[in-house]
Amino acid sequence: MAEGSPRIMKRLVPMWIAIIAGFVMLLSAFFPITESLGETVGEIFNVVAAIAFVLGAGSLAKVNLAKISRRDQGWGYAAITLICFAITLVVGLGKIGVPQSTQFPLLGWSGEKDAEGSIFGWIYEFALVPITSTMFALLAFYVASAAFRAFRAKNLEAILLLSTAFIVLLGRTFAGVVLTGWLPDWASGLRLENLSVYIMQVFNTAGNRAIIIGIALGVTATSLRILLGVDRSWMGSGD
Amino acid sequence: MSKFITILEGLDRRWIFLAMAISVAGPILYIGITGKTLPETPTPTARAVYKEIEALSPGTPVLLSFDFDPASGGELTPMATSLVHQCAARGLRMVFIALWPLGPQLIDETIKRVILADYPNLKEGVDYVNLGFQSGNESVMKVMLTDFAKAFPITKNGVAVGDVVALKGIQRVDNFPLLITISAGYPGAKEWIQYVISSSGGKIKMVTGCTGVQTPGLYPYYPVQLNGLLGAIKGAAEYESLVNSSLAPKDSSAAVPAKYLEAQRRMGPQLGAHLLMIALIILGNIAFFAQRNSKVRATS
Amino acid sequence: MKPSKTWVIVVAVIVVLVGIRMTIGQGMARAYVERIDQSVEVKANDTHGASTEKWTEWHPVAPKKFEAAQKADPSQTKFAFSWANTIGLWLAAFFTLAIFSFLYRDNPGYRLAEAVIIGVSAAYWGVIGFWDTLVPKLFGALTPNLVHDQVLPSLPAPTNGQVVAMCFALALGLMLLMRLAPKGGWISLWPIAFIIGVTAGLKIVSHVESDLVAQSIATFKPLVQPIVSSESAQSGWMLWPTIWASFANILLVIGVLCCLTYFFFSVEHKGVAGRAARVGIMYLMITFGAAFGFTVMGRVALLAARIEFLFDDWLWLIDPAGKRIVEVASAIGSMLC
Repeated sequence: MAEGSPRIMKRLVPMWIAIIAGFVMLLSAFFPITESLGETVGEIFNVVAAIAFVLGAGSLAKVNLAKISRRDQGWGYAAITLICFAITLVVGLGKIGVPQSTQFPLLGWSGEKDAEGSIFGWIYEFALVPITSTMFALLAFYVASAAFRAFRAKNLEAILLLSTAFIVLLGRTFAGVVLTGWLPDWASGLRLENLSVYIMQVFNTAGNRAIIIGIALGVTATSLRILLGVDRSWMGSGD
Repeated sequence: MSKFITILEGLDRRWIFLAMAISVAGPILYIGITGKTLPETPTPTARAVYKEIEALSPGTPVLLSFDFDPASGGELTPMATSLVHQCAARGLRMVFIALWPLGPQLIDETIKRVILADYPNLKEGVDYVNLGFQSGNESVMKVMLTDFAKAFPITKNGVAVGDVVALKGIQRVDNFPLLITISAGYPGAKEWIQYVISSSGGKIKMVTGCTGVQTPGLYPYYPVQLNGLLGAIKGAAEYESLVNSSLAPKDSSAAVPAKYLEAQRRMGPQLGAHLLMIALIILGNIAFFAQRNSKVRATS
Repeated sequence: MKPSKTWVIVVAVIVVLVGIRMTIGQGMARAYVERIDQSVEVKANDTHGASTEKWTEWHPVAPKKFEAAQKADPSQTKFAFSWANTIGLWLAAFFTLAIFSFLYRDNPGYRLAEAVIIGVSAAYWGVIGFWDTLVPKLFGALTPNLVHDQVLPSLPAPTNGQVVAMCFALALGLMLLMRLAPKGGWISLWPIAFIIGVTAGLKIVSHVESDLVAQSIATFKPLVQPIVSSESAQSGWMLWPTIWASFANILLVIGVLCCLTYFFFSVEHKGVAGRAARVGIMYLMITFGAAFGFTVMGRVALLAARIEFLFDDWLWLIDPAGKRIVEVASAIGSMLC
């Protein structure tokens, strides 16, 4: 292969793929004649995204196999990971324990992979759901600990932040009703639950709107740079 | 006092964890045993969700997108239950999709919990259909804009969408007058607004139920691009109380089934935890300022 | 006290408490299933004659249905105790407690649960990607007869355009998988370039249309917002609602402009710009305070759901959904109400 070929294959061709694919999606939003081309590119993208799931699975297998073969620290857990991975893959791809579909009862593969009684469904209900849910539930504890250690009313900005947090924390629960529900109708705007709504609809909206507009400008600029071939950092360092 | 400050300064975070666990577990036990829940007053955004669904006539197709997984189920499952409850009671044609891989199972669970249990007269494929999951995130939304069947060619149980009565008249996503999305992150409510609502020229309205983390970021879209918003478990509880009071039979004193009170039950532990958070912040600041003052006194 | 002794004591306490719970009232953590006999009439066609396909499925059911059926007829076989689901329930409780144990200290139980979820979730996503997208779209276009005969009989035949598109998709997908290969992994840059290009093209239009233009338009609010009485249009503006609504709009417009000024870093924040940026910071602090409040709400709801699982499905201490008769809780409940 000629000397310049690696550079063409590794730098120029990917750049032009990104530019062409991007412009097809961009133009399909403006020219109806390119709409079906945009649909087709979108369909290809969706299938490639699904294959990326397979890549993720394969990558996990590769990393853990390497850990086991090198007997790295904690390789036992890598073995457990691989065993669970293999079992889930086999029962899922093989639809083991899945009854046939009532729509197509003659086809053994027609049933839904997570049907009642399937091993895949069992793994979902008794392994995936409890572990992922509990991992997210841990965050409640860390938020409490962080609030105790880090939230200091050192200056005006911090006091504003903390006051708003207090109003929202109280106003979005029954505590707000108990504390300020006695205020007369003409002062109902000062009730904590109404105050929290006002904060969300005015101050929070203003702040987040500015953030949204700023992000939109940034994303547009970055996307344009990619589509014009100016930004090639996504390719990584290359020769 | 100084001993108290010293204890606060050196407090092991595991005591804070224990306090959080007790502040949540205590109310759960109490509410679970007594069945008492706290009253809810719906806010404008929750009322807007209710009104948008109520404004549709029976038989109108609605698209329900379950863009969450069981990890966010604590906040979003009660919303899903009440949203499907109102849609089923209204007689709307429900088309379920998911842009998160674990969404279809959550759809099945909600269908079983609400439709199969309380609306057995609704027929799958006619009154409702589960189209399952498709990978691609916003690219799926882009394809749906022009060709819905291309994005979701088959239902979850393998029937081609062209043969499904519930999808009659649906060629593009904006053939649905209303999109209901239950969203935990990316892709979710924000992407629906960016890729579908903004491009549809007002043909399709959208209401969303989302996690607490997402809620502040969605307020700027309300009410122009987003017609209703259920924010966090509070939004779910408000909406639940709205739906329950509107669907309760007026001549019966029968209790509301517990599955339609899930969010309201969770407001009890919310109260406990929020009060604990405020107490922790105040205590942390007391310790901080006491320590700072003693240092200033020591140096002067 | 050494850490290992602490764990022994904690586990022993949990085992004792669980043992006590199992002996009180109806016990705890049992799952039951209901037998569903499926029977489907299959019409005759070219390949097979008419037939009736029968099979049995077992679906989860509330314990009280089993209790009621057993009471009515102790020899009934429609409802049964499910070993698989009961073991699953105990496993789910074990995993929940194992993850929570990390709050005290890192330990083998947590590591085990972590290892399990890493393996399970990676494979789970792979299986979902395969059956939900690859089979109907990729294999449905490239091997339509196989998919039609074995899995999805009602899948429509692909068009030529779909076949060509899926050939491209397959080629890009195989290039992506080359990332795992020891040599030639550089070719995965081509499908990555495709993904990046498509995403960039999609995001430009969406972000400009939805987040830049629409949000800017939404900021153009009337600074005097008349609120007319809903009872009679002739009664004119309502004074205080009009003042409050107008004030809200003014605050919103000022807020957006000041926050945008703060984010404009290429102009020095001095003078008018400096004061506007300072106001913007105040707005942002209120925004972040609100975000913190909502984040706390979200996290606590997730914790509440897991504790509900432990108290309801595992320990049978509470029964809000009325799935079983809980003697312990009902006795306590009658004392509290």
